[in-house]
Amino acid sequence: MSAGVKWRRFVSNFMLTLTGLCALVSVSVLFFILGYLVFNGGTSINWAFFTQLPKPVGEVGGGMANAIVGSAKLLMAASLLGVPIGFLGGIYLAEFSGSSVASVVRYAADLLNGVPSIVIGIFAYSLVVLPFKHFSTLAGAFALGLMMIPITLRSTEEFLGGVPRYLREGAMALGASKWKTIATVVVPAAYRGILTAILLALARVAGETAPLLFTAFGNLSWSHGWGQPTSSLPVMIFNYAVSPYEDWHRQAWAAGLVLLGLILIINILARTILSRGITVPRS
Amino acid sequence: MATAKTTLPNAGPVTGSRSFLSRLRDGDEIARLVTMVFAATVVLITLLLVYELWTNSALARAKFGLHFLVTRVWDPNIDQYGALPFMYGTLVTSAVALFIAVPLGIGAAIFLAELAPPRISDTLQFFIDLLAAVPSVIYGLLGVFIIVPLMRTVIFPGLNKPLGFMPFFKGPSYGVGFLTAGIVLAIMVIPYIISVSREVLLSVPRDQREAALALGSTRWESTWKVVVPFAKTGILGSVFLALARALGETMAVTMVIGNTPTISASLFSPGDSIASVIANQFTEATGDVYLQALVELGLVLFLMTFILNGLARILIVVTTQRGSGVPT
Repeated sequence: MSAGVKWRRFVSNFMLTLTGLCALVSVSVLFFILGYLVFNGGTSINWAFFTQLPKPVGEVGGGMANAIVGSAKLLMAASLLGVPIGFLGGIYLAEFSGSSVASVVRYAADLLNGVPSIVIGIFAYSLVVLPFKHFSTLAGAFALGLMMIPITLRSTEEFLGGVPRYLREGAMALGASKWKTIATVVVPAAYRGILTAILLALARVAGETAPLLFTAFGNLSWSHGWGQPTSSLPVMIFNYAVSPYEDWHRQAWAAGLVLLGLILIINILARTILSRGITVPRS
Repeated sequence: MATAKTTLPNAGPVTGSRSFLSRLRDGDEIARLVTMVFAATVVLITLLLVYELWTNSALARAKFGLHFLVTRVWDPNIDQYGALPFMYGTLVTSAVALFIAVPLGIGAAIFLAELAPPRISDTLQFFIDLLAAVPSVIYGLLGVFIIVPLMRTVIFPGLNKPLGFMPFFKGPSYGVGFLTAGIVLAIMVIPYIISVSREVLLSVPRDQREAALALGSTRWESTWKVVVPFAKTGILGSVFLALARALGETMAVTMVIGNTPTISASLFSPGDSIASVIANQFTEATGDVYLQALVELGLVLFLMTFILNGLARILIVVTTQRGSGVPT
């Protein structure tokens, strides 16, 4: 009897330790990735990486200035598409729509969110690249913008829904119309949450590679305007990593460090904004 | 009543403010319409996506019909295309990924939800969230330069010597292949399994645990025999979600799978997946049927993830609602 209890205690402690190990292993992967990137990328990164154009195959040196600018342009244009649609659509869902309409929009957004990014690439290709007959910054931004919509939409809806009822009632009791209430009371009360969501959406698409392969394509030089193919950091990492050249591998590590650093900083920033803000329901 | 009567005589200013109010209500109407247009755009875009995939694969669908799904040949030279090797690669790599990620992920989720103090649990969850934010091309980069060499020098000899009699572990190994892709995918989907499973486990009512403990069960017994069964539908949902991610993952797989359309029982064999063949061949595709066959592959992938995501969502909602529905 007492042996049985001992055995059960032992099993309990053993299994619980095992779950702790699982957690430790999973989390340590993050630090391993970070450490490896900082080690490999840190030794490869230099000033030229940020200021110079890629050198032709075989020549050592050069940088990814055009890819950094390209990524910035892509993200800017993607936000211009994704944020307004997601944000205003989210307002509609939270404030105006009936439940049946809302569930259709919600369903569509969830579906869009689950579409593999490479399929989004095909979609952007057939909608933007084919009619214009060439790859362009615009097509890449379109693909990334599409991916931002569902995240922005669902979080806007969620955070607006979390604004307490009495704030709305107070504004309306003072004679504000519904629209005025939303614009001056509800949205400001939820803005931290919404800002967090937009930043997270931006961080997510910043690392997306697959939808850019045949929309923004790539460019060894500067891309002028919005109608030309453009280079971007994720695509450069991919191309350089699978190339056989030692110097390109070095630059792929440097680009990886820059990209991951950027994404993690946006993530941490976004989560800090949220945690410092008003209490909002945990999703 | 009395107050209503006393305000009635002041009808003049009220009508004035009424027209003002109704103008404001018009503003409400405009706001409603404008935001509705944006919400409708989301639905429209989603419908358009399905439509474009469907029409742009019309040629390939007409030429190959359902044989597309069971044909092994993929040869642009003779314009013959079959999806089987790619579907096989997608399924095998995802299966390997789940085989590794599910025990690890659920174990970690149990630790975070049941054992760790809230502060530690939240801190670890923060790191897990950051891990989920690492872009796939970075996982691919690490896969190419760490896991591929490791595969050649450590994992292949380690598995091939004792288990080489089984067809799964027959050599030779080139470093790249199904197993390598599966391992990279596993690392990528673990954060999703942990996050969702933790959430589901936390939604299990407290009294379930307390009842089990009061009956004399150990901590592990209450977790494994009471809490986990209570949450199992939701945990299954998290697994489906991870599977949908793994199926659709492109970059990390493309970089380490070898990109050769083969169907081989050996996990060390190079292969190809639906997403990676699209990534590699789309820009080079010459000829309408070739391009449309690739779009049709995209359609197949879309349908696979569509079904899985739907199932996952239903399972997660069912469990968390059941959990929160019980008074705690």
